[in-house]
Amino acid sequence: MRPFDYERATDAADAVARAASRPEAVFLAGGTNLVDHLKLGLVEPELLVDISHLPLAAIEQEPDGTLDIGANVRNADLAAHPAVRRSHPLLSRALLSGASGQLRNLATTGGNLLQRTRCVYFQDVTTPCNKRSPGSGCSALGGHTEQHAIFGASQQCIAVHPSDMAVALAALDAQVSLLGPEGVTSMPVTELHRLPGDSPERDTVLDRGQLITGVRIPPPPAGARHTYRKVRERSSFAFALISLAAEMVVEDGVIASARLALGGVAHKPWRARRAEEVLHGAPAITETFTAAAKAELEQARPLEGNAFKVPMARAMIVAALKELAVETT
Amino acid sequence: MTNAIGTSTARVDGIAKVTGTAQYAYEHPFTDPVYLHPVQATVARGAVDTFRSDKAESVDGVLAVLSPWNAPRLADVSDPELSLLQGPEVRFRGQIIGAVIATTPEIARHAQSLVEVEYTTDDHDTVLRADHPDRYPEDDPQTIGDDVDEKLSSAQLVIDQRYSTPEEHNTPMEPHTAVALWDPAEQHLTLTTATQGPHSVVDTLAPLLGLEPQQLRVVSPHVGGGFGSKAAPHGHDLVAALGALALPGRAVKYAVTRQQGFVFVGYRSPTRQHLRLGARCDGTLTAIDHESFSQVSPAGTFSESASSISASMYAADARRLVHHLVPLDVPPPHWMRAPGEAPGMFALEVAMDELAVAAGIDPVELRIRNDPDRDPATGNRWTSRRLVECLHEGARQFGWRDRDPHPGIRRDGEWLIGTGMASATYPHVMSPGTKVTIRHDGGGRYTVRTGAADIGTGAWTTLTLISADALRVSRERVTMEIGDSSLPTATVAGGSSGTTSWGSAIVATAEAFRRQHGDDPEAGAQTTGGVSEDPLAEGYTAASFGAHFVEVRVHPGTGEVRVPRMRGVFSIGRVINPRTVRSQLLGGMVMGLSMALHEKSVRDPRFGHVVTQDLATYHVPVNADIEDMDASWLDETDELATPMGSRGAGEIGIVGSAAAIANAVYHATGTRVRDLPITPPALVRD
Ligand SMILES: Cc1cc2nc3c(=O)[nH]c(=O)nc-3n(C[C@H](O)[C@H](O)[C@H](O)COP(=O)(O)OP(=O)(O)OC[C@H]3O[C@@H](n4cnc5c(N)ncnc54)[C@H](O)[C@@H]3O)c2cc1C
Ligand code: SF4
Repeated sequence: MRPFDYERATDAADAVARAASRPEAVFLAGGTNLVDHLKLGLVEPELLVDISHLPLAAIEQEPDGTLDIGANVRNADLAAHPAVRRSHPLLSRALLSGASGQLRNLATTGGNLLQRTRCVYFQDVTTPCNKRSPGSGCSALGGHTEQHAIFGASQQCIAVHPSDMAVALAALDAQVSLLGPEGVTSMPVTELHRLPGDSPERDTVLDRGQLITGVRIPPPPAGARHTYRKVRERSSFAFALISLAAEMVVEDGVIASARLALGGVAHKPWRARRAEEVLHGAPAITETFTAAAKAELEQARPLEGNAFKVPMARAMIVAALKELAVETT
Repeated sequence: MTNAIGTSTARVDGIAKVTGTAQYAYEHPFTDPVYLHPVQATVARGAVDTFRSDKAESVDGVLAVLSPWNAPRLADVSDPELSLLQGPEVRFRGQIIGAVIATTPEIARHAQSLVEVEYTTDDHDTVLRADHPDRYPEDDPQTIGDDVDEKLSSAQLVIDQRYSTPEEHNTPMEPHTAVALWDPAEQHLTLTTATQGPHSVVDTLAPLLGLEPQQLRVVSPHVGGGFGSKAAPHGHDLVAALGALALPGRAVKYAVTRQQGFVFVGYRSPTRQHLRLGARCDGTLTAIDHESFSQVSPAGTFSESASSISASMYAADARRLVHHLVPLDVPPPHWMRAPGEAPGMFALEVAMDELAVAAGIDPVELRIRNDPDRDPATGNRWTSRRLVECLHEGARQFGWRDRDPHPGIRRDGEWLIGTGMASATYPHVMSPGTKVTIRHDGGGRYTVRTGAADIGTGAWTTLTLISADALRVSRERVTMEIGDSSLPTATVAGGSSGTTSWGSAIVATAEAFRRQHGDDPEAGAQTTGGVSEDPLAEGYTAASFGAHFVEVRVHPGTGEVRVPRMRGVFSIGRVINPRTVRSQLLGGMVMGLSMALHEKSVRDPRFGHVVTQDLATYHVPVNADIEDMDASWLDETDELATPMGSRGAGEIGIVGSAAAIANAVYHATGTRVRDLPITPPALVRD
């Protein structure tokens, strides 16, 4: 662990200013990911800007039903909040399937979105990794790839984004609110993370010093049913092999709307747009669900070590959609 | 008589543990301690060419940097695992090749990253293969009875399959830690370390360090789990000691990181196994041919002999057992709970299940038909072999009767349901040599002292109960002192032998005390005694047995496996403290489940080290994975084995349990998995 400076920001603007003042500054929120990385030597910032106490910890529901969630809301509090459980039980379930009780008490909404991949080579400074040190090579290629991507990977990096919460947010069309040196902006969660391409060192499109101040989730469509399914080899406290957030509205046996996102399959939460296209307006029957899964998985490019993810994802998508269809009819 | 033995007793150290006042090795208070962090090799085979430490030395707070050349010299370098920093050779990736000692752990860790090392490297090989060109048999094949090949060729039924178990790491909750303090005036080293045997640490380390045994004291009152990995000193003890010699008068503290815990504190070798069973149509075995392979390190000698388990388990006309070693550029494997028995029994008991299917015989019945009257390996009589009763009792508790053997046909919603079983066994081990001092403190109170270790098994409590009965007082009148090499010599907590070995010594010493001091001893009366021989009756074999019954649920779409129900029934001799024995048996079964479904150290052959090196990537079960699990035992005492009548309980729970789960997975799905662990990729169906 390299020695570093530590400063407490006084408010969001101060945090941004402090972070922008030094080339190697990082924000510290719950610290459940960052502190591990400091110990392992994965990141060697010269300044930690502590934002964990900033007043970004409220959850508010606006009159139209939109949920406004502060970046510092702890994962445990977000999962337990009555408005979240009422309008977006999908999000509660996703959160509760992640990490452990102790970690969720510390982990924040902003930190969860920006947690980094669990690729074992990324986490080991003795092995080459393009994400950690650009140009050094990707050790996962030809190595232990059980956890790695089947969608959108590149020859430079095949890592996956590990968050459960982000998968739910991607399905729910959440927006991320940002404050940067250039001012306030926002973007869909689905556009926050990027595919690795030729610059896997960049997980997201954020610029240096940009602070996540919150997340906004629009209300769900009327009659929506949803489910969150996370598959892993042990029952709890493990990252997903694959996770799936699914929401569907069925009217008179016809799919009025469907939103699906997969986790553990790509460098970002993977919104399954191709599957959604097949579902939209089609009869809510098994054949449709199978066709939707097929359409999405046609773009999968599995490796030898993670080929199982294709049939697994197919089974998960079909089973989840069947479950949602049964409940609505 | 007080009859403390047999009463369910809460741990005497329980309150200290749950209130956090029980001191583990790293937590002992020292004045002005300093902290060590090792430099580890980043190549798997070769030699250190240059070791540049000027940048590390210039960091504020760094007190010393030890290199392969400047570290204190050892008096004896015949132990390759512990001959650290004595020369440039690198035998495995992650080997300790230097150490930084500083005023804080953070400074030591940072400075260590500034040491610049260059190597000469050789090609390395870390992949265990049964056809490895360098493999060699550990011993001549053990052949018993008729000719195996002949019996196999004439057998009515033959099972001929290959099985494998992965590399596994012990990962006790308390990481390995050591604090070493060299007193230059007294010429004396104190090593506070997490160990399963303080005296065995002295026996191993004192000669290496050129010390007389009385110049080294090892302190270890509480140990947070070892599972074999703390049964002998490892590299961390040695470098802490070297650090202390380099900085006389300063306590040098070293807490092994979780990642380092996947390198140099021992692990279970992977195994490859080839089993051939020959049988008659009625399932009686005519031949057992068990061949196994495990890896060995150039830095150690330990081997995981998996085939030995087949020597005594079942009757057969012909038997051949052989174990091969494959030398690889890996760290030394070491003990891990039931070494040899756990992987060997996985293969044997899955093969028996395959035979039951092939013969169309219930798997419980198959085992009963092959239960030997005498120990097949030696022709000895059994002190007590009650496997069949365990099988019957387990089947009764589980509701095994009328099980439909057809695989892949029971469903609960999307999930497939199956049941499976397997036998368990563990040899009885009694290690003579423990000495005990009993002192009458006055007023019917006694202090009982011996260098035993409580690694979480409950030895503090068990030995208190044994002492109380032996001294004919209530347990409140006994003060135990254990976990320190300044106490009378005790054998190591290993091989499920602790309670029996130490307990027998206590019983013998109490008798000697009464002979010497009568029934009404004076305050201060004291006797030292012990047991110098294994009391096992001549011509007998003693072993524990058991039976596992398991129900599993398998999701055919995702390959998830869950274990809603698990029952173990054991024959383990006399039970000293039902509460801690139950916990040992359950703990073993949990570890068996873990072996079946979770644990796997992925050693990347390109680099040579384990890349799943933390508890987020190396999985053991969590609470949610353990549902309805119970262990019970037959009421018995085995006085032919020891006068106390006890055998061991620490390891048998892990033996056979992984096979029972694999067999249940077959029953649920029709898919026979012969390679552990059984994870979703093995079961997902397209
Ligand atoms: C053992 C273990 C198991 C886990 N299992 C799971 C799991 O199953 N599923 C899952 O989803 N997660 C899991 N996690 C990850 C956990 O969810 C994350 O560690 C946590 O959400 C990170 O939040 P934090 O507030 O602690 O972030 P920090 O560690 O403080 O920060 C993480 C990163 O985000 C940046 N950051 C934080 N807040 C902001 C902000 N407001 N604006 C800009 N940048 C910011 C930091 O600079 C840092 O780079 C697990 C973690 C551990 C240790
Ligand atoms: S997959 Fe990405 S994170 Fe993993 S080693 Fe390759 S470059 Fe690094």
